[in-house]
Order: sequence, then structure tokens, then C-alpha cells
Amino acid sequence: MDLDPEDVFKDEEDDPDNEFFQQNEGSKEYVVYLVDASPKMFSTTCPGNDLKDESHFHSTVSCIAESLKTQIINRSYDEVAICFFNTREKKNLQDLNGVFVFNVAEREQLDRPTARLIKEFDCIEESFMREIGSQNGIVPGSRENSLYNALWVAQALLRKGSIKTADKRILLFTNEDDPFGGLQDAAKKDMTRTTLQRAKDAQDLGISIELLPLSRPDSEFNVSVFYADLIGFNGQDLAQFTDSASQKLEDMKDQLRKRMFTKRVIRKIQFHIADGLSIELNTYALIRPTVPGAITWLDSVTNHPLKIERSLICEDTGALIQERPKLFQPYRNENVKFSPDEIADIKRISPGRLCLLGFKPLSCLKDYYNLRPSTFVYPSDQEVVGSTSVFIALHRSMLQRKRFAVAFYGAASHPQLVALVAQDEVTSAGAQVEPPGMHMIYLPYSDDIRDEEEARKYLNTEDDAPRADEDQIQKAAALIKRIYVKDFSTLQFANPALQRHYAVLQALALEEDDIPETIDETAPDEEGLARPAVVKTIEEFKLSVYGDNYDEESDNLGKEKAGEASRKRKAIAENAAKDYDWGKLAEKGQLNNLTVAALKNYLTVNNLPVSGKKEALISRILTHMGK
Amino acid sequence: MARNKEKLVLLLDVGPSMHGVLPEVEKLCSMLVEKKLIFSKYDEVGVVAFGTEETNNDLTTEVGGYENITVLQDTKVVDGDLIDTLQKLPRGTLDGDFLDAIVVGMDMLIKKYKDIFKGKKRLCLITNAIHPIKDSLEGSKEDQVTTIAEQMTAQGMKMESIVVRGRLSQDADKRIMDENDHLLSIFSKKTRTRNVYVDSPTSLLGALKTRRVTPVTTFRGHLELSPQMKIKVWVYKKTQEEKFPTLKKYSEKATPTNQFATHQVKVDYEYKSVGDSSTTVIPPEQRIKGYRYGPQVVPISTAEWDAVKFKPEKGVKLLAFTDASKIKRHCFMKDVYLFVAELGNTRATVAVSAIARAMKETNTVAILRCVWRQGQQNVVVGVLTPNISQNDKIPDSFYFNVLPFAEDVREYQFPPFNSFPASWQPNEQQQKAADELVQMLDLAPSGKEETLLPEFTPNPILERFYRHLELKAKQPDAAVPPLDGALKKITEPDPELVSKNKSVFDALHRHFELKPNPKLKKSSRQFYREKQSGSNAHESDGQAVKSIEYQPPVKIEKIGDLTPVQDFEAMMSQRDNPEWVGKAIKEMREKILSLVIHSHEGENYHKVVECIAALRKGCIIEQEPGPYNDLMRQLREYCHGKGIESLPQLLASRDLTLISKSEAEDSDVTYEEARSYFVKMEPNS
Repeated sequence: MDLDPEDVFKDEEDDPDNEFFQQNEGSKEYVVYLVDASPKMFSTTCPGNDLKDESHFHSTVSCIAESLKTQIINRSYDEVAICFFNTREKKNLQDLNGVFVFNVAEREQLDRPTARLIKEFDCIEESFMREIGSQNGIVPGSRENSLYNALWVAQALLRKGSIKTADKRILLFTNEDDPFGGLQDAAKKDMTRTTLQRAKDAQDLGISIELLPLSRPDSEFNVSVFYADLIGFNGQDLAQFTDSASQKLEDMKDQLRKRMFTKRVIRKIQFHIADGLSIELNTYALIRPTVPGAITWLDSVTNHPLKIERSLICEDTGALIQERPKLFQPYRNENVKFSPDEIADIKRISPGRLCLLGFKPLSCLKDYYNLRPSTFVYPSDQEVVGSTSVFIALHRSMLQRKRFAVAFYGAASHPQLVALVAQDEVTSAGAQVEPPGMHMIYLPYSDDIRDEEEARKYLNTEDDAPRADEDQIQKAAALIKRIYVKDFSTLQFANPALQRHYAVLQALALEEDDIPETIDETAPDEEGLARPAVVKTIEEFKLSVYGDNYDEESDNLGKEKAGEASRKRKAIAENAAKDYDWGKLAEKGQLNNLTVAALKNYLTVNNLPVSGKKEALISRILTHMGK
Repeated sequence: MARNKEKLVLLLDVGPSMHGVLPEVEKLCSMLVEKKLIFSKYDEVGVVAFGTEETNNDLTTEVGGYENITVLQDTKVVDGDLIDTLQKLPRGTLDGDFLDAIVVGMDMLIKKYKDIFKGKKRLCLITNAIHPIKDSLEGSKEDQVTTIAEQMTAQGMKMESIVVRGRLSQDADKRIMDENDHLLSIFSKKTRTRNVYVDSPTSLLGALKTRRVTPVTTFRGHLELSPQMKIKVWVYKKTQEEKFPTLKKYSEKATPTNQFATHQVKVDYEYKSVGDSSTTVIPPEQRIKGYRYGPQVVPISTAEWDAVKFKPEKGVKLLAFTDASKIKRHCFMKDVYLFVAELGNTRATVAVSAIARAMKETNTVAILRCVWRQGQQNVVVGVLTPNISQNDKIPDSFYFNVLPFAEDVREYQFPPFNSFPASWQPNEQQQKAADELVQMLDLAPSGKEETLLPEFTPNPILERFYRHLELKAKQPDAAVPPLDGALKKITEPDPELVSKNKSVFDALHRHFELKPNPKLKKSSRQFYREKQSGSNAHESDGQAVKSIEYQPPVKIEKIGDLTPVQDFEAMMSQRDNPEWVGKAIKEMREKILSLVIHSHEGENYHKVVECIAALRKGCIIEQEPGPYNDLMRQLREYCHGKGIESLPQLLASRDLTLISKSEAEDSDVTYEEARSYFVKMEPNS
């Protein structure tokens, strides 16, 4: 029976933690992307990816496009709307000027992202000027206030759904820190007041407004001019915000991308440090394999989804079993039975608690102490005031003394020994690369570690195992220097299989004929490796290790060994096959009387496949004999 | 099957100096056999004890000598009796000679399996090696050992020797220990022997791999540095998690008299249309897989999918070298692989060695792109780190860890710690207390064995499961046993280490104060309760350890302000020590008095009444009316003196009067007196 084989990319086992990424509808997020489309967004540029200048508008749009693509893969229950303001055309329910809600067919304005949305949004820049147009909405002398209108439209879009079940956000992208700067005093005051009131109304409804400012090369985005009041910052927040907002321009896109995420806590745990000293931690899954979504079975005639009903049937009586069955393990000629609760009891060790056992120097954490992706922990003072301060103190000493903590984590399904490695904050050009906190690394147990090196011991000779000499090591070091990349980042490769998967799905979803080519970023840099200098160092290393006869070696050694065994097997088969007069047997139709083993001997001798049932073997022999 | 059968002889030192650890040895060996009973039932195991009073082995009858060695069990296919034998090891009376035992073990294997070269032959020696071995008749001890070791290699035997030392063995002659260690190290040089030194019962339990896994290569082929230069390598798993066994479902439907009942359960899946209530089952050929893409489900048949899916070519290719610091430790995604040069390929071994050593010297790592087999649906990008061998006989190799792809990383931003308010920043003393803790709670003190080394740490869950399985096979209704002391050390801090660093913990308590967040509702206060429970936990370490397993996490040792009633009840019900009751009543009395005294305009009275009610109930149950009645009299005095009326009225309305004789035998209060207790007060006030 083929069950739902969520086979593609799936490893042998499921990761219990994975369920946290299969997001449920309980905690969805409604987001309105509010994009300033004023002429200023098009005229200001910043250096982009290929060191070519790109406009702020382009950066914003490509960020949103990227985020939509991530979202449709990871969090497809979230709903989004895309709304431009300072536009020439208008399109919104309230029919307000200067606001354009972008949407595609078969989709509500605030809805889950669809393939079509992604596709059409991808090429929005081509048609933007023609169909939507850019025009400053706030001009002296008119009473129009496009920012006010935009907030109003966004708020109306977010009216859907209860605040209890959904997280509602407005993400505002702009490069104008003083939207009412060009106005007369009275008008400016008035507009500022009404706009702030509008923002406050939205916030009172539980909608959070987040600002993603884009700085110009010549002048920084000054939050305190207007937006600090709009977002509701106080002094402390402001300092922090400006700090992270004053990023270098090349990282702007990166910044935008990071800030569009919301953090999701996996669970709260208590970290037991000493008797009477348990602090509160939140755990986050920063790194988990992304797998393509689950398979939904469809009726191929109607394309309607199918439901799967599982039933348990007793093999002895054929009766249906309703209750949760007991489990058993055959042992000592008996079936030892366990109730599901008993199994849970066996697995329960200090549930939900992370219990500190001690500290070790970082050098004790070997490269092979790893089983699963790590989990990130960060303190919280939500329930226990004082947690953060304990955590910071420990974090600091662990970093300083280069030690990690060993602890036992009593996760319900999978209690395990873990290493807690402190990670200091790493920032690069104002952007956070590594967040401060600790990483929980799951340690293996004695039976999880294998010792294959031991099996490689050189025993049959007096000599030690072959080692490279100094010259060879130097040659290898030269090679390393040649093929060295300075700034490698673990983030630089997209998963080619996943990219392909979604490219195919997108093409099929849009009923396109051509499937776009996807680039495999993980392919080695053949061009770089073919550079003469690189080739030269490689050749030198090869010569120092292999001498002149490298080619011989690479072609023969493996095959010879395998060949020997198979030749031997063949010789045995040949001898055995001689026992029968195959032609005669075949004529008389007596092949059926032989054993499968005997038949296989014939097949082996004649280099034919030996798989299949007896009938298949016989017919293969007959075909081979030409009968 | 037969080809893979393992023949194992356990050589167990049962001499007097080993008696302390024999319970762990029994557990370790039974675990080994228990797992064999499930996973490799055809393996054969023999048991030899040395240091016994008696002598019983073939060699002694044939050639003489070899005294005080008893073959408890000749090699046979594993069965339940073997476990019973191992769980009741004899306690020997003499100091054993481990070398003699090795010879006896080898003799057993040679005699029984002389002509069968296939299959695996293994010896497993557990001793403390603190007693000298006998001098040999010819040649030095060293020569003798060398001869035996050569024979062992010639016979294709492997050995594991577990030497119990440190805290576990008594004081012993250093010279003899060194000599023995040297002799054992000859085995490790000349044969496939793993020498392991353990110094705690916990690591003894983890010292022997109890489950035998046949190593399988994940990949055999070229490690391609460039199209011109390829090194032949084999890739194995270095770590792989041992899973909790998958149990079968049990059906109780079969009649008890049916002897042939399999009790198996078949799991059946039926695919039905969602919409209509019809029960038509859609046959497999009419089903098609659909993948979600946003709100849409895209149907795609397997054949179509095969035509368009990503199909990488098999091969392991170098992408680049980079600085080791670029790869963060926490990015490792999966279990770990081992890259070794092709077996017997000297030049590949040298090439691997050269690159590994150069990587170590330059502190670099290599990034590889791997497709282990043809038809694999994805590529793996990972990092290759050097593994420089410390043993001259073992070639250098690499470890390989899988790295995440861009899609796998969530770049959440967290506020830096220095952005938090000053009140959250640890002050100098707090930092010092934390520093002390990090330094002193040391699991890898220099000069001593590292505790909780993963290599020697058994999986407590699996230990518990297999022990429980064995127990249940004998007693079907046995309850799940708590973790034993040796395993507790894996899940809880070592009490010895904690008490040794008492001053460090005291400082920690002095400088850090945790408070529940006042804004939160009571229901979510689980953290704080835990905190209260531990404030005087140091004196009661012993009890705490005992109770953690089954009295879920909180142990109340003090009545707190937040939930005095619950705390009181919890304390009263703690049965591990009779003192709890007295302590609880005393504490509750004090709490009530302090509540009354510190009450401003009666705001606490509601709580006071609840506490009194609880105390009254508790005192009746325990038949201890004295403290309660005293308290009530005291309260009446107090209220009378201060002219408080509301409290007595409240108490009267809840019928919380004195405990009368009818409720508790020891009371000196009659029923009538109790009834009229507060009534009498009223005229006074």
C-alpha cells in the first residue's frame, strides 16, 4: 500500500520538530504592504546587487516579490495585500485618491498569495508607469493627503478576521522622511495631526504599523521628523531604531528582507540552573530544512481532494479495532505489551525543562557531535522577571571563557542531552548577521556514534598508516590557497531541488507550457577551476602525492577489486551451469523442473539479469536461446 | 544472516576490587544481550568470569594453569537464560588475571569456530586492571602479550577492553596499573582493540556499544577537487541516532484459546472523496498526487513529475575552501558523515592526509556539493573538516556536516543585550557569581576524565525501555521504573558536584532574584512555584532527588505568598518524611498570623479565611487539633484587642470554629463550646 510518501527530499525519518513549520491556521498573519510610489522613489537610487544602481522602488518591489515567494512556500495561510500610494490612478474600495491596491484575478484584495499574484507582481515594474503611474499625492494647495488615504485603505483591508486569531501588520516602505515638508505651516499641522490620528486609530484596532525606511546616499532617513510619532516610538525605541536603520546602502535590501519576518516562538521552556533558580527561555527554530509541502491526494477524474481514512484491522479476526491499541514487542518468545501511556511514561524525563549539568571548554565540542538542526534560545522576562539578567550574565561568561554548557532537555517526544553554545551578536554594516543568544545543539549518545576509523587500522604490516609528508602538506596548502573564498556564507546557495519544485508548480498552476529553467547555484565553478594558476597548483599536488602514474591508478584500482569478486562468482556459476544440457531441457519444456538457483547460474554465465520470478527467468532463458 | 552473526565472549572481572561496579556491569551486559535478542537473535554469546573462587575452563583441564577462571556460559545463541546468568554474576574472592581470561576467551572462540572464518569474533573485557598478571615462564610479559595479540589478529578477532578506574577502583599500586595499561596498549596497537577507560558508573554503562551496526558506505567514488584531480574515497555515517524501537500494534480481538493468534494489527488506508457522503473508495489508479502552491493544489502524476524534476548527477565535488570561522557550529543540520580514503589505496590515503593536515594548519574547511547516489532527488551542500588521527596506525580522515540552504534559514532579528534597560543588565557581583558558576561547575576538569562525554553516555530513555521490557517479560504488570542513580547523572546535575560548589550556588542565590511577573494571571505561574520550592532545597537534596521522577516537577517546601492553600496541601501530602506535616502546620499558622497582622483594612481577610479553612481541614485529617485551636484563640484575642469585627464574622459564617472532640479525639473542646465560640465573642465587641 502506498501511503502518502512525502518522499521528495524527505530523509529516512521525520523530524518531530518539523511540525512547527507546517503552520496551522490558528496563528495566521495579515499583512498589507504599503509602498510609496512617489517620483522620489524612482529617482533615488542605491547600489544594487550587481553594483548597478537601482531605484528605491525597484528594491522595494523585488523585496516584496521575494517575500511573497517565501511565503507561498512556508506560510501560505498568511494573507497579504499590496497597496501603492502616491499614484496617478486610484483603485480602492473607498475610492480615495492616490491609492492603488494591486490585485489579480480570482483573488480578494487581502488574501493568500497565489501563483498568479506572484507572477504578475514579478513584472509590475514594466507596466507600472502605464497602468498605475507615479504622482505625488501631497501637494501644496490641495487638501489631498495620500498618506492618510493609504493608511485608511490599509486599515479597511485589515478589517477582516479577528485580532485574536490573526496578527495584523502594515509594512510601510518609503524614502520620504518628511511627507508634509513642502506644505504651509497651517496645512502641515493639520495634515500631520489627521494622519497621526488615523495611524493611532489603526493601532487601537490592534494593527501594528512598521516602517521600512530607505535612506538616500546623501541624507539619512530621519525617523524623528515625522514617523517616530506615527509608529509610536519613545526615546529608547527610537535610539535602537535609528541605529539599525542607519545601515549602509548596499545592505538595504538585505535589511528589508530580514525585517519583514516575524519571529515565531516554538515554545517556552524553563532553564533550571540551580535549585530555586529557573529562568524562562523561548526557543526558536532558526534553521530547519524546508521541504515541499505535503502531498494532497486528488481524484484524477474530478481533481477533487481525497480524504484518507485509516482503519485498524485485527489480522486474526478481521474485526475493526476502534480503541487505541496496545503496543507490543516480541521478546523472549513472548509478546510484551505496553500501553501507549506507559511508553509516554518511559520517555518522560523532566518534561519541558532544560536542566543545567555543567560546563566544558568549547574544544570538547567535536565536529561529529551532531544529530539534528540546532534550536536557538533567547531569554524572556514575560513570566519570570530577572530571567534576562541571569541569562546575560551566563552568556557573557561563557563567551569570555570559551565554554559551553551541557544540559538535559526534557522535550516531550525526544528528551536529549544538549550543548548550549553562546553566540555573540555579529553585525555586518549595521545589519544583524548572527543574533545574540545560545544555540542548543543536540548531542549524540554512545550508541549513536560509530567508530569506522577504528576499522581502518593498519594491522597487517609493521608500518604505520600512510601519512602525508611536509612537502605534500605544503602543496596541499598551496592548493587550498588557490581555491579559497574569503567571504563564504551558508546562505549563498538556494536549494536547487526546491527551486525546481516550485518553478514546476508555478508553471503548472498558471497553466504555462514552458517550465522556466532554474539555476543550480551549487554547481562548482568550473571556469575558476580551469584557470591556469589553479590547474598548475592542482597538478603540483597531484604529482607530489601520486607521482607520474595518476591516471592508471584512478581507472583501475576500484574496478579490479570489484571485478575479482564477480569473476569468481561467474566461474562458480559457469561450473554449475555445465551440469545441464540447457538446449535439451528447453526443448522439452523441462526448465520448469530446475531450481531458481540453477536457472540463475545460466543467466549469470550469459550476462543476463537474474531478477524476477521463476517464469520470468525461464522466459528470459528461452528468449536468449532464441526460442 | 549467518554471515553476519557475531560471536562474542564477555570476560568479566569479578574479583573483590570489582564488587562495587558489578551491578553496573550486570546492567551493561544484560542490555547488550537484550538488544541482541531483538535485533540480532542469531548472535552467540559466552560469558567468562575471572577472579572466582572456583576454576572451571577447558584450558585448565587440558593444559593446567588458568586458575580462578570460570566459564559461566559457553558460547550459545542468545536467549533469556543468558540474561538471567548475567544479572546474577558471582562475586569472586580473588584478584583475577585478565591476560589468562583473554586466552581462555580466545580459546573458546578458536575451538568452536575454527573453520568458520566468516562472521565476527569479538572479545569484551571488563576489568579494573589493578592487579598484576602472572609472570610468564618464557620471555617477558610484553613478549607474551605480543604473541597473544598477533594470534588474535591472525584469528580475525576484535576486542574491546573497558578499564574501570578513578573513583570506581580502590587505591592501587600505580606501578602495576601503569604496567597493565602498557600491556593493554599493545593490544590496541597490534589488534583491532579499543581500550576505554571509565571512571563513573554512568560512563561504564555507555562504554560498550550495545547495538551492533554493520557499517554501510553512503558513497564510494571520487572526491573531485577539479576535473583533473580526483581522490577515491568511501563515505560512512559517523553518527546516526539510535531510535526508540517501533512497537507493533496489539489486537486483543482473538479468542484467548486461539494459540495461533498473531495479535497483529493491519493498518488500512482508504481514500474517499471529501465532498459527498458516499463511501466509494477511490482505487489507486484513479488517484493523483497534488502539491500545494498557495491556496491551489496542483495535480501532477508521477510520470510527469519524473520528467521535469531536478536530477543531479552522482558525485562529490569541491566548491571551495574557506576560513573555518565562516562556518558556524550551529549550522550543522544532520547526523555526521566520515570521509576516508578508499580501503587499501595508499596514495589516496596520503592525499586525504595531506589535505586534512593542510586544512588544519591553515585553519580552513572545504565546502562540498554531494550527490551520494544516482537518482537522488536533491544535492547536499556541506562542510568538510579535518580529523587528524592521534593513533599512528589509523589514517587521517574527514568529517562532513550538512549545511543549510538559503531557504532553510530564518533570519530572525533579536535585540542585542545592551539595548535592554539597565535593570536587566547583570551588575558586577552578579557577573562574578555567573563567572564562578561557569568556571566551577566543570565537567571537564584538567587531569581528570571528562564527564558526560557523548562517547560514553548511554541513552537514558532506551536504557529505561529495555530494562522495563526485561522486567515486563517476567512481571507483566510491572510499573515503569524510575531512572537509577547512574542514569540520573545524565538528566540532573550531579549532587556531588553541586555540594562541592555550594558556595558558588549560594552566591548565585544571593545575587540573583527571580520574581513572577505581577501582570500575569495565576494560571501561568508555573515558573515561580518552582522557584519557591527550591529556596531551601540545599538541605534536602536527598529528598529532592528521590522525588523528582514521579511527583511532577514541583516539590513544595515552603508556603509562599501566592498560593498558600495549595502549597500547604502539597506539603501535607508529601509522605516521604513525617516532619512535613508538622512543618506545614507551623508555617501555615505563621502565614495566617502575618496575613492578619499586615492586613490593611481587612483586605487580606478573604485569603485568611481560605487559609484557616485549609488548616482546619488539614488538622482534622491529621488529628492534630492543638495548633489550630491555639491559633484560633490567639486570633480571637487579637481581634478583640484591636476591635476587629469583620474577621470573626467571616469565620463564623464559614463555620470555622474550634475543632471539637467529636472531630478530633485529642481536642479539649466540647461540641457546644466550639459551636458558641464566636457567638460568645459578639457581646464583648
